[in-house]
Amino acid sequence: MESLINIVLLTLLAVVTVGIVFQRNLFAVVVLAGIYSFLMASVLIVLDAVDVAMTEASVGAGVSTVLLLGTLHLVKSIEYPSRRSALVPMLVAGATGAALVWATFGLSPFGAADTPIHTHVAPKYLADSVRETHVPNVVTSTLADYRGYDTLGETTVIFTAGIGVLLLLKGRRRRNQAGGERRKMGTTA
Amino acid sequence: MKFDLILRIGTKLLLPFILLFALYVQFHGEFGPGGGFQAGVITAGMVILYAIVFGVKAAKRIAPQALVERMVPLGVLIFVATGVAGLALGSNFLDYSRLAADPPHGHLLGIFAVELGVLVTVAATMTAIFYAFVERGR
Repeated sequence: MESLINIVLLTLLAVVTVGIVFQRNLFAVVVLAGIYSFLMASVLIVLDAVDVAMTEASVGAGVSTVLLLGTLHLVKSIEYPSRRSALVPMLVAGATGAALVWATFGLSPFGAADTPIHTHVAPKYLADSVRETHVPNVVTSTLADYRGYDTLGETTVIFTAGIGVLLLLKGRRRRNQAGGERRKMGTTA
Repeated sequence: MKFDLILRIGTKLLLPFILLFALYVQFHGEFGPGGGFQAGVITAGMVILYAIVFGVKAAKRIAPQALVERMVPLGVLIFVATGVAGLALGSNFLDYSRLAADPPHGHLLGIFAVELGVLVTVAATMTAIFYAFVERGR
């Protein structure tokens, strides 16, 4: 049953991806990207990663879609066909994809419990988390406590990204306004 | 832009429940899935939904832009302050053991404070970016 659900979800993911590649209407691309995120969230639920699924659904399908629609509000919603040949980008993408697929052969079998990431500190977190932190959800205690440093970094990344976007969007506007005013003054003089 | 009645009333009905769900995700993150990040995004989603249906002016009355933009660094500061508090009490940076009388409760308190910081920064960043996009479009 689980493999059937996986096959359906992954097939839909592939279909949506092909749709995104061939679609020239950017509004449709944004909607398809939202659908992709929801499918990805479903895949993550099947993998029992509910915390990540929740993030994917709220960030990927929710806020990202709104922000991309906000971008479409500023630009034209049709993607113009590129004048350059698509050969080089296609080669680069194909080579990267092939390298990634090749790299998956080096991964340990899916779900194997004796891999380095599962034998290093994870057993300690799983065994001691409730006693040490009184938090039943080990994901929360790992993220906010054992790995608090990483989460601080992530929060700082969001802060930095937010400040960057705000500076880009607002800085340009102020310069445009100043330019407009100068132009206005020029015409009155 | 005028939307029809059903959309407006429906949104009005939904808003408190979205906020309640965000708070649930935030404070129930210790027991179930969720935490500051997800709760922050859901909170921002509430403001954005309100802004889409009722206009940005109305949204800026409930979440003023100046406040939102100040909250972006505030969350990171809450996070860092929690870490420094541990340092000041004689343990390591971001070690919550000494924040309360006994270590487990200290950890509980520390996790709460840190998740609050994440919530503030994430919610504010998403909302601020949305406001910036809307302003550019004018």
